[in-house]
Amino acid sequence: MNSPGPTGPSGGADRPQRAMTIVEKSLKRRYAAERRFRAYGIGAIAIGLCILLLLFTSIIARGYTAFVQTYVQLDVSLDPEVIDPSGERRIEVLGRADYGGLVKATLREMFPDVTGRSEKRQLYGLVSNGAAFQLRDLVLEDPRIIGTTVSVWVPADDEVDMLMKGHIDRDVEEADRRLDDRQIAWIDRLIEKGRLKKRFNTIFFTAGDSRDPELAGILGAATGTALTLVVTLLLSFPLGVAAAVYLEEFAPRNRFTDLIEVNVNNLAAVPSIVFGLLGLAVFINFFGLPRSAPLVGGLVLTLMTLPTIIIASRAALKSVPPSIREGALGVGASPMQAMFFHTLPLAMPGMLTGTIIGMAQALGETAPLLMIGMVAFIVDVPGGVFDPSTVLPVQIFLWADSPERAFVERTSAAIMVLLGFLILMNAAAVILRKRFERRW
Amino acid sequence: MESSNAILSAVAQQAVTAPVEPRVGAVSSAIDREDRSTVGTVTVDDPRMRCIDVNVYYGDKHAVKDVTLDIANNEVIAIIGPSGCGKSTFLRCLNRMNDTIEGCRVTGQILMEGEDVNSSRIDVVPLRARVGMVFQKPNPFPKTIFENIAFGARIHGLARTKAELEEVVVTSLEKAGLWEEVKDRLDQPGTSLSGGQQQRLCIARTIAVSPEVILMDEPCSALDPIATAKIEDLIDELRQNYSIVIVTHSMQQAARVSQRTAYFHLGDLIEVGETNDVFTNPHHPLTEDYITGRFG
Repeated sequence: MNSPGPTGPSGGADRPQRAMTIVEKSLKRRYAAERRFRAYGIGAIAIGLCILLLLFTSIIARGYTAFVQTYVQLDVSLDPEVIDPSGERRIEVLGRADYGGLVKATLREMFPDVTGRSEKRQLYGLVSNGAAFQLRDLVLEDPRIIGTTVSVWVPADDEVDMLMKGHIDRDVEEADRRLDDRQIAWIDRLIEKGRLKKRFNTIFFTAGDSRDPELAGILGAATGTALTLVVTLLLSFPLGVAAAVYLEEFAPRNRFTDLIEVNVNNLAAVPSIVFGLLGLAVFINFFGLPRSAPLVGGLVLTLMTLPTIIIASRAALKSVPPSIREGALGVGASPMQAMFFHTLPLAMPGMLTGTIIGMAQALGETAPLLMIGMVAFIVDVPGGVFDPSTVLPVQIFLWADSPERAFVERTSAAIMVLLGFLILMNAAAVILRKRFERRW
Repeated sequence: MESSNAILSAVAQQAVTAPVEPRVGAVSSAIDREDRSTVGTVTVDDPRMRCIDVNVYYGDKHAVKDVTLDIANNEVIAIIGPSGCGKSTFLRCLNRMNDTIEGCRVTGQILMEGEDVNSSRIDVVPLRARVGMVFQKPNPFPKTIFENIAFGARIHGLARTKAELEEVVVTSLEKAGLWEEVKDRLDQPGTSLSGGQQQRLCIARTIAVSPEVILMDEPCSALDPIATAKIEDLIDELRQNYSIVIVTHSMQQAARVSQRTAYFHLGDLIEVGETNDVFTNPHHPLTEDYITGRFG
């Protein structure tokens, strides 16, 4: 009983002690393993967050400059002889007048020492082509200003903008620059007079696409995206929910139903470009729907998100406790009534989450939409679901391809807008889910 | 004399109700333990529901075997037996809830006012309004107390206007003995009540659709003794207007609330009779074993 070592069969007092020492020895190892495991988890999250941070900083760093643009203040005298010689103020005449000439005249006035054709061309190149259209819109809006001198802020050429943002290096050899010394001197003079400033870039949010970067905006693409998503939502949500309800509640358990289920699950994994080909072949060639329209884009994206919504909705329906359904049936509800009044409302949070995840996926899809023609260069903002349009991801893709340096920052800015859309949609998903959540 | 089952089958052909003589040999020791035919009077005069040769199969498993039993008007009949003996399964046949179970097959006739409710031709939706059910675990809808009760009345068209619905809700809650406790919180969710209150809410929900028979599947097994006592009092009151079939694990409860008791054993209906008789003077050795606690 009093033997010191743990050898041999000891009495009752020794045996519990031995177990405790073994347990205590193993504790250190166990806690160390737990700490390691926790460290792995935190490490994984940290890496994920770092990458996310990297992504956001790189995009924002390259894109935030696009939200300001260089503008030049011009005092344009709206010569009635140039705009409307007859004096009748007819729209067609007013619309076709040579506003560009007026802009050039103003520039010549501001820099009277500029002579020679090539020099003057360089001078005119400081201001965007869009200045003429800006003047035209002003006159059409209020023809009474003809004959007066108006002071307008017109967008500067994109090269000037790049200089102002530091992307064109003044110290580089003149031959290697897009702007030569003379142009830079004129720009400096304008800055001194306070006629060249960087202001908020409203054009980016109010204009459609353009070949000139200073006139390019995302409104067309954003509207196209919004219209396409609306069509997708209106089609895929009811169809997906109805299909899930059918498969869960009413489908008989036979081979045919199994076939449907296998196909739905497979469709969720089909590469999205295949849906684009399908859309091209069926919707555009066979049904003759207009090419590049949000309607067709919406139909293609519906096909793509339908499997996601069906699978998420089925999971949501399965998660409703059967006691609720039994209670409803026990009171004499028909299967449809039990479904609509009891099961469906309780499954709604899961269904909505699945739908919004599907929508967020559709928001970023480019490949299928390229196939149905949304890769075209479309300047006008689409008015309805039948007008040709493009979507944000495609717009980003097209701008990324463009050679002008000013498009680099605009591409990143468009990506920021797209990410903003995405964050909004996910926030909506969380809010909706919280609102519909019920406890049972 | 032919076996009682054969007589009843013949009788059912002509839809004539006739009582059957009780088994000869009324002493339990005279009956062999392995004998699974029913002891006691299964029929009553003018039954509310009549079950003839009801069998239930879950796939290959034969869960309820050849059960013939009558449910009388305005009575409480308790169904007792060890776990897995088919009590709940048999109960669920009466309102066709077994239809919701995959692979479950019910054969036999279940007559209610001459009509066989087990046939595929009848509509189960109105049947479930006539034969209501209270489940083992209280399952109020996750909606307001008002909506819990109004739902049934509304879908069957028993009440359409707001005033009618309110009347139904108040009456049902009063009959279920819950009105005083919830009258000023009808817009609270049904799940916010205590267990006993929830079960009474489920009973009120069942009453709201004006059933003729109420099936109760171990309604008090999830409740404390005080809530249980309240519900047993309620069952006694409800007996005046409804027939109640209650499945229970507690023999004391069966003795307290029921007029007749039926003992099930591994799918067979072993004995049926007046509650007092069954508990004080069981005729079948299996019944005696169960009641005296030799197994349960």
